Amino acid sequence: MSPTDLLQILLFLALILAIAPFLGAYMARVFEGRVGFLAPAERAIYAACGTDASEEQSWSRYLGAVLLFNLAGFALLFGILLTQHWLPWNPAGMAPLDWDLAFNTAVSFVTNTNWQAYGGESTLSYFSQMVGLTVQNFVSAATGIAVAVAITRGIARRQARTLGNFTVDLTRGVLYILLPLSILVALALVWQGVPQNLAAYVDATTVEGAQQMLAQGPAASQIAIKQLGTNGGGFFSVNSAHPYENPTPISNLIQMVAILAIPAGLALTYGHMVGDKRQGWAIFAAMGVLFLAGFAVTYWAEMQGNPLLASLPVDQAAGNMEGKETRFGVVNSVLWAVSTTAASNGSVNAMHDSFTPLGGLVLLLNIQLGEIIYGGVGAGLYGMLLFVVLAVFIAGLMVGRTPEYLGKKIESREVKLAVLGMLSMPVGILGFGALAAVLPVALASVQDAGPHGLSEILYAYSSATGNNGSAFAGFGADTPYHNVMLGLAMILGRYAFIAAMLAVAGSLAAKKITPPSAGSFPTHGPLFVGLLIGTILIVGGLTFFPVLALGPIAEHLAMLAGTKF
Amino acid sequence: MSNLIRPALVLTVAMTLLTGLVYPLAMTGLTQMVFPAQAAGSLVAQDGKVIGSSLIAQGFKEPGYFHPRPSLAGEGYDGALSGASNLGVTSKALIEAVGARVDAAGVVGTVPVDLVTASGSGLDPHVSPMAALVQVPRIAQARNLPEETVRALVQSHTEERILGFIGEPRVNVLMLNLALDDRKP
Repeated sequence: MSPTDLLQILLFLALILAIAPFLGAYMARVFEGRVGFLAPAERAIYAACGTDASEEQSWSRYLGAVLLFNLAGFALLFGILLTQHWLPWNPAGMAPLDWDLAFNTAVSFVTNTNWQAYGGESTLSYFSQMVGLTVQNFVSAATGIAVAVAITRGIARRQARTLGNFTVDLTRGVLYILLPLSILVALALVWQGVPQNLAAYVDATTVEGAQQMLAQGPAASQIAIKQLGTNGGGFFSVNSAHPYENPTPISNLIQMVAILAIPAGLALTYGHMVGDKRQGWAIFAAMGVLFLAGFAVTYWAEMQGNPLLASLPVDQAAGNMEGKETRFGVVNSVLWAVSTTAASNGSVNAMHDSFTPLGGLVLLLNIQLGEIIYGGVGAGLYGMLLFVVLAVFIAGLMVGRTPEYLGKKIESREVKLAVLGMLSMPVGILGFGALAAVLPVALASVQDAGPHGLSEILYAYSSATGNNGSAFAGFGADTPYHNVMLGLAMILGRYAFIAAMLAVAGSLAAKKITPPSAGSFPTHGPLFVGLLIGTILIVGGLTFFPVLALGPIAEHLAMLAGTKF
Repeated sequence: MSNLIRPALVLTVAMTLLTGLVYPLAMTGLTQMVFPAQAAGSLVAQDGKVIGSSLIAQGFKEPGYFHPRPSLAGEGYDGALSGASNLGVTSKALIEAVGARVDAAGVVGTVPVDLVTASGSGLDPHVSPMAALVQVPRIAQARNLPEETVRALVQSHTEERILGFIGEPRVNVLMLNLALDDRKP
């Protein structure tokens, strides 16, 4: 590794390590109601909603509030996408979306997936981007944070019936966390060159006399929240690879930090809220180890270049550059790719479809492990807590004790619910993926021949079920079949985890807390971190290794043997 | 259930107003005051006419200009239709395309990889300094300039890593070509 590559990685890690504790502590104060600089706006919203901010909800009512709010958001966005030709701010004259694409896109943004079966600059009006998508960028992220906070309360409280108030948690998440940070990030992005206007597309006459249409739009305001909310849906088709969406190495660094800042911070918010910061750091550490391991493999693979080009007079010292931008090179493309798949963000600054087989394998696996390596805002934390439940259960089995977590007994109800939630991943990825691999109507979307074609299918259904949103973009996803099936996979992946974990939290909240004794298994030390990582890798590995062997691993071996498809 | 419906609907409306209208419109107004050139898309004008954006690649073909990286944005360098090949490393189509680009580049010795692979956006405004330098003999010949002069121009247009380590060294092809025209139209 060159010294400059190493320094870039260290700078990125240092920034995350510096920001996460500060942000984590701040977010804990926000959700404990100890931040109030926008109290008048808060009060106005609660009054309009008819909500008493001090009135709390049981886990099932909290879940009901989440589902109804998301349903309302879906209906509004679906409506906007179907009628954008009648709405204002449409200088490029975009037509309405077909119903299947509108369904897929609305589900995608409401579930914080932000999978894009469309190209932004060739499909959507400025109104759809702002009033439709930007709004869901904020509230789907705030929904994830709210659910994570409610689940944290369930673990922290003793003999309680309630987990908090969804209206209050959502409002605070937007007002005190997402909106202020978005304003800062959007300003920094425009400074670096990201457009922010409502002007018509610019018709330029190039130096050689050709016509070049330059897409414009209110890009920076959407890109800021796209990263901070681990949404990932690009303003432009190629997302943050587009020089308007991510013009410089500085804008790239800002966006990468924005991807991981809140998910990493939330792991520490958790420690604050359960009253033991070490618990937060243990989760943070497990996430960090998996992140670094994934980065190391992908970086090594991409720096090897493409061995099938070795017979040509091409200097591949820069690594595998197909689908990558000059200003980022391999190191920033890989750092981004690992962050965006680990964090369920899904924005890209290089084309994952053109990564080497092993590089692509890590990205796939990051998603398939359940989006818990920092993970989506909120979703990463509650997904990780699901694995914590499984890990303490397995530890309990090994030593023959009743499993306990933070003084609460983990019993069969909690374990059953956790497993039920986790099963959404294999159903969505392997079940839906297998269907797509045999139905001719589905297979027509595959671009590449050979094992890489299977990887394309696998990536699409992993990305949808894991609510990631990145793609092996050669896969032609905009067909009625895939729009509907991928939409269903997104719904399954999002709400199975939310429902299962809120139910676990409801049942944990009602339990007594037994004080730790000499026989308690500590859940903050390296032993537990190791056990948690082991659980994640064994569950993920057992579930997905067979299909990964047929896709990326087979392609890697074919590549080494010099086979082309 | 019924008393969950009102907050769901009111919150949707309130958040739409706040994050879908107030926030993006305020940012549009603010950035047009603070960073007007960037907010408008970093457009480059010559004699009052927009000739492109310093951030978006143009499809230079003439031998007297530096050429950008290959593009799969629309029909090539389409600023309203960004796109990539998305071909995997074992794709025959990819290997053949790279081979054809190597032949077309007409470079003596090895070709830097960025010059024969398509970028992620199809609009990558930069090439690596090496990819610009290997084009110097062609441009010097077409413009009847000493190679030294052209090479010096490339060097003065090379953007180094920020603080010596952030990002990759690169040359903006449009700005370099404009400088070339300024020197000898």
